[in-house]
Amino acid sequence: MNRAQLARGGAALGIVLAVIGGLLAAVIGCTQRQLPGRVTNVAGLVAALKFHLTDQNGVPVSAASYRGDAVLLYFGYTHCTKECPTTLATLADALQRLGSQARLVRVLFVTVDPRRDTGPVLRRYVSDFGPQFVGLRGTTAQLTRMIKRYRVTYRYQKPYPHGDYQVSHSSAVFIFGPDGRARLLVQSGARAGIIAADLRRLLPARAAVAHAHGGSPAST
Amino acid sequence: MRILSYLLPWQFSPLACAVFTVTLVLYVRGLAVLRRSGAPVGPWRPFVFFLGLALNYAVLQTYFDYLAQHMFWVHRLQHLILHHIGPALLVLSAPVSVLRAGLPAPVWRVLRASWVRRPIGLLWRVLQNELLAPVLFVGLIYFWLTPSVQFLAMLSQRLYLLMNWSILIDGILFWWMILAPIEAQGAAAVPYGRRVIVLTAVALPQIVLGAYITLCSRPLYSIYAVCGRAWHISPMLDQQLGGLLTWIPGAMMSAVGVLVILHHVLQAERRALAQARAKAADPPAGVPA
Repeated sequence: MNRAQLARGGAALGIVLAVIGGLLAAVIGCTQRQLPGRVTNVAGLVAALKFHLTDQNGVPVSAASYRGDAVLLYFGYTHCTKECPTTLATLADALQRLGSQARLVRVLFVTVDPRRDTGPVLRRYVSDFGPQFVGLRGTTAQLTRMIKRYRVTYRYQKPYPHGDYQVSHSSAVFIFGPDGRARLLVQSGARAGIIAADLRRLLPARAAVAHAHGGSPAST
Repeated sequence: MRILSYLLPWQFSPLACAVFTVTLVLYVRGLAVLRRSGAPVGPWRPFVFFLGLALNYAVLQTYFDYLAQHMFWVHRLQHLILHHIGPALLVLSAPVSVLRAGLPAPVWRVLRASWVRRPIGLLWRVLQNELLAPVLFVGLIYFWLTPSVQFLAMLSQRLYLLMNWSILIDGILFWWMILAPIEAQGAAAVPYGRRVIVLTAVALPQIVLGAYITLCSRPLYSIYAVCGRAWHISPMLDQQLGGLLTWIPGAMMSAVGVLVILHHVLQAERRALAQARAKAADPPAGVPA
């Protein structure tokens, strides 16, 4: 093989690679519309439920406190004007659709703004959404451990002149099975019906047991 | 205190700690051994080696890692260092002779035993193949930048580690094949001319992908919105900066590579010329003048 042949071969290889690359990029990116509000299966990818925090009544709690229930984990803060209320309302809607099975579900609302979100503030806030909603707060160290574990983040924005400030935070809802293992990740914008259907799949056996023990189905 | 917290790992990795410590100890020991044996290494090679090692360590085991997890463009900068700049610096420092001098003799004996050397040599020749290496190099970039793959890699600690280590190891393999002088490479050496072709071949797909990410008018990587960004920046600006980092410096490294190869070619030519001149100046003994 002489030099000219080599150059030609190389040029051909380059062009082929570029074309393949271009096609791949087109196929991967442009045809796959990223639907907002998807529910993604994250079993085996996201860490199992584990934390040490304080609940809205000042009681220290850990993941073990909620073992046996499906857990929905969400990071937010009560002064949040749009994202948090919308997400929590959607989750409340989804729980309502579950009927009696909703008793086997907990929504853990972990505040990323524990300075303003004291126990009483959290208590008042979560009670608006339903009895399954729990407000949790922790020290900076506890919160940092948690965001490292779930690979999310939050950040305090520059305060307004009157001292009020916003906090940017993750929009994900992590769903854990009754065994504490991660199952699903809900992106913001997911519809309540879809979340309810996914939750139902996580708790068939337990609900049947509860039913057999005389739990009267809630009126729907 | 604040500075210290920026220097500490965001998520401590025992694997990274072990790999970087062992490499550093071997290298420093090698420097000492060579100095004692009367063949000290000049200041530049260790400087370039430590710079490459420090850059790779910094993007993996400091606060930088946190930013890379929560900002697309910092993630792209992390991979530019792990896949291009860091490995290229390590290779340019010609570290093999120093690391070998630093290896304890029993370890060196085990490495030279045929049952170790043969499978490693075979694997090495496969990985240093001039057709496979560029496909692997570009393939890894495309794979981890597939939006659905990137989504899961940023959620899972294990996938994230796999991503960064695969990128770093492939970077070292690729730039060794491209930048190391032929006489240092042994049986697997690729001729300089073909290396230039390989560099061109890997630049083009990086340009295509980088341009695509930069010019795409909608967000491709939703994971950064889902998990939160490290500071306030619009998703599109984040994506455009990340795209530019993939597009321009990534491809520019190919040009730098060509310059290094040119340097090797000129060196070889100069040596050959000097040899020819020496031969002409004093003809072999026994030949009458």
